[in-house]
Amino acid sequence: MKRVSAPMPVEIEQPESDEVTSVARPWVTIVWNDPVNLMSYVTYVFQTYFGYPRKKAEKLMLEVHEDGKSVVSTGSREEMERDVQAMHEYGLWATMEKATE
Amino acid sequence: MSEGFVRHGGSQDVVATFSGFEADLLRSLASQLVELLRNEAAAPRASDPLEAMLDFSGPTTEPEDPVLARLFPTAYQHDEEAAGEFRRFTEGTLRDGKARNAVLMIDMLEEAGLPPELEEDGLWIDVELDPGQANAWLRSFTDIRLALATRLGIEEGDEDYWESLPEEDPRVHVHDIYEWVGYLQETLVRALWV
Repeated sequence: MKRVSAPMPVEIEQPESDEVTSVARPWVTIVWNDPVNLMSYVTYVFQTYFGYPRKKAEKLMLEVHEDGKSVVSTGSREEMERDVQAMHEYGLWATMEKATE
Repeated sequence: MSEGFVRHGGSQDVVATFSGFEADLLRSLASQLVELLRNEAAAPRASDPLEAMLDFSGPTTEPEDPVLARLFPTAYQHDEEAAGEFRRFTEGTLRDGKARNAVLMIDMLEEAGLPPELEEDGLWIDVELDPGQANAWLRSFTDIRLALATRLGIEEGDEDYWESLPEEDPRVHVHDIYEWVGYLQETLVRALWV
């Protein structure tokens, strides 16, 4: 008789919930550069909506401005759909996709 | 000319003073935005009236108007079906929210003393926004700027081009308005940051 092995316990590292570089969850929200939105406003949106500290919000804003895009949040598909919708409310050009790693 | 927004004393509120002409211009821009958001049907139009009434679904494809396409970007770039679903569930809500923000701007300007038809010279209007209202105005400024920029064809780093246009080019006037709304938005962000 074949033995069915019990599922192996797996240790899962808990990702820091506010860490955008977390790779444990599979979806990301990307904000793209546009020639219209003010740098101050984009920073303000990242602070206000995501609750990021000013420094982090500015860093992400500069990434958008200089690299053309930035991953601004990471999470479940549902969470990212909420974030993308919120970014569209603010008039930022946001998309979502599966994280590459 | 309005110096834009400043924090009101020690409170969370921000205030700005506009000339009658400026308030009238803002109202006109906000009204055009509302009209655009409500004019092009957000739902696919069925030819049969009954069918149209029973169609509760939102749109699944990008709006034809380039301004609306910019206000409601495609959320999934590489998955048409998911993008359609996202749009179906969000575009109506987004449209309503943006229209509500613009209507709030119009209402507040009128409550602050902007008459239905601006006639008198020398009228000045004080607007005071609480944090929630300020947030709505910020978003409306953005939507208005996105609309103007799309119509103008604003691109990254094209400041010299706009500077070089002759005064009589009608786009110069629109570009001035675009810059002015940007200035107001910048002062509003700074005032909220204090």
